[in-house]
Amino acid sequence: MRLLIVEDDPVLSDGLSVGLGLSGFTADTVGTLADARAALGSSDFAGVVLDIMLPDGSGLDLLAELRKTGSRLPILLLTARDQVHDRISGLDAGADDYLGKPFDLQELAARLRAMLRRQEGRASAVIEWNGLRLCPATQSGQIRGKNLRFSRREFTILQSLIEHPGRILSKPQLEERLYGWQEEVESNTVEVHIHHLRNKLGREFIQTVRGIGYRLSGPADEGRPQ
Amino acid sequence: MNSIRRRLFIILLVATGAIWLSAVLWIQHSTRTEVGNVLDRRLQESAQMVASLIERNGGIVGPDTAALVDEAPALPDTGQHDFARQLICQVWGFDGQLKSGSSGAPPVQLGDGHEGFSEREVDGEIWRVYSHVDEELGIRVMVGDTLGMRDRLVHGVAIGLLAPAVLILPLLAALIWFAVRRGLEPLDKLADALSGRPATDLSPLKNSRAPSELRPMIDALNGLFRRVDGLRERERSFTAFAAHELKTPLAGLKTQAQIAALAQDTGTRDKALAQITRGVDRTDRMVRQLLDMTAVDNAIDSTQPSTQSGARILADVVDELAGLAQARDIALQLKTEPTEWRTAQAALLAPALRNLLENAIIASSRGASVEAQLTRDGEKICFSVLDRGPGISEADRPHVTERFYRGAASSSDGGSGLGLSIVATAVKAMGGELHLAPRKGGGERAEIILPPAPSVTPF
Repeated sequence: MRLLIVEDDPVLSDGLSVGLGLSGFTADTVGTLADARAALGSSDFAGVVLDIMLPDGSGLDLLAELRKTGSRLPILLLTARDQVHDRISGLDAGADDYLGKPFDLQELAARLRAMLRRQEGRASAVIEWNGLRLCPATQSGQIRGKNLRFSRREFTILQSLIEHPGRILSKPQLEERLYGWQEEVESNTVEVHIHHLRNKLGREFIQTVRGIGYRLSGPADEGRPQ
Repeated sequence: MNSIRRRLFIILLVATGAIWLSAVLWIQHSTRTEVGNVLDRRLQESAQMVASLIERNGGIVGPDTAALVDEAPALPDTGQHDFARQLICQVWGFDGQLKSGSSGAPPVQLGDGHEGFSEREVDGEIWRVYSHVDEELGIRVMVGDTLGMRDRLVHGVAIGLLAPAVLILPLLAALIWFAVRRGLEPLDKLADALSGRPATDLSPLKNSRAPSELRPMIDALNGLFRRVDGLRERERSFTAFAAHELKTPLAGLKTQAQIAALAQDTGTRDKALAQITRGVDRTDRMVRQLLDMTAVDNAIDSTQPSTQSGARILADVVDELAGLAQARDIALQLKTEPTEWRTAQAALLAPALRNLLENAIIASSRGASVEAQLTRDGEKICFSVLDRGPGISEADRPHVTERFYRGAASSSDGGSGLGLSIVATAVKAMGGELHLAPRKGGGERAEIILPPAPSVTPF
């Protein structure tokens, strides 16, 4: 899942990018509000980790701007100001969650997963589809009683597809979820990951829609002869 | 004596007492004069009355003729003293023979024989006598009284006046005490209002109903409250700022530490450890700047007795930062013009120079050089720090010396928004000027210009 991190402290910014990467997120970092606006305008993010005290203004202003334009983008405020009244004003300004500095990396990852899950309208931490149980926290799954392990990118593709089972996602859409700005997009990686996923889940679990992209097959497709 | 109330009371009491005393003395004096005149007139009238009675009696002077003086009109208001009886009368013939004398009259001639008043001492008593000379009858009528009697009379009048004064004075004292208390009541009220306040209440005192004498003091107090409030506000925002600012680098350190613990590969772990070192360095710099800020704020209110050479202070700061410069591969160049300039404000100058130089080192790219100079410009002393870094952006330039202001560029090197504000505060306190300008050929030129004899301006 691709996140935008708005944080001006270089050490923390690097730590968030690397640390959330370890939990299966793809993170892009910016240090100012201006850069954050530019990034949000040009790319598609699943969520934002937003610092409040930034060099060119308050993160709360960006939050207010986004909510005013009707954006439902999940936003977690990450800030040194974590008194009760700060948290209240942050949440009231439209934040989905609030975490005070310093924080635990695992807790941040868990809160982000929960935040994104709520965004998808799910309450359970485990996603189920067509006999597959997928656990974002451990990036693992179960199908027909068999335990499965996925690489970060495999898992990101699978999760993107499973969150909108009927929808077709194009190759560029999947690539955008896979790669941050610093990473170079390798050609045909998506195909390679889809291939590995089909090996683990069964050939028909992911359908190729010729010329458009990929989608998951529904339960109705199950009885079809392979 | 420290009590205004007691001082006022005593002043008023002494002044009133003195006025009373002089009034009594003046009354006594005028009474004495007045009584003297009245008694003199009685002597004269009595002598003339006795003479005219003798004349009416055909000029015959009997032995009890002198007793006629007792018929003289009594003095008014003589009270218990029977002054009427105190008149003595003698009738002397021209031949020097005492023809008649009233009871108690001494056998010697009281008057000097001439018409008019005279005084004579007989048996230790001074007599005042009026002599009436009647040429036709050939007699001298002398009527007199003693000065002792006169004094007693005057004393009686004076005591009559003093007695109520003795009664009234304590009453007056009580009245003055009460009046002084009432008069000083606004002071008591002010003291109550102040002593009843909690330490956190720095709201201004109301002075609309205060007496005009207290208003300047209340205004001064309110001014002090405002200043203390400002100082406390500054301290509060400083503490909040320091706490918040330190939380971010701490969060960075914790995150990197967790990455190092979680990382599977050595590359990620090593990178996280390097980031931890970087984070500690940055946090260390921030803490040092917070301490500098406190040191500068404290130095403003105090003066050091000893002076230090300006060139020496600059050399020490350059020495101190040599390690940082070396770590970043920056060549530090120190150029000092020979000068005897000394300052008692090393506690202000050193942090200012250190922050300027540190900024220049951090802004410079590897292999660049940073110059620290001390020059004389006429009477003035000029410390300059020159670098070849990116310089301050025009958008940030008007704000860089504001406390906690962080320009967009400062986030990349992790500036805390304190450095230049420390410099500006210190330079202002030294009565100098801070000039920040783009350097010819790229970079920034920072100058601290100080007057020849550093003066302290109130913060």
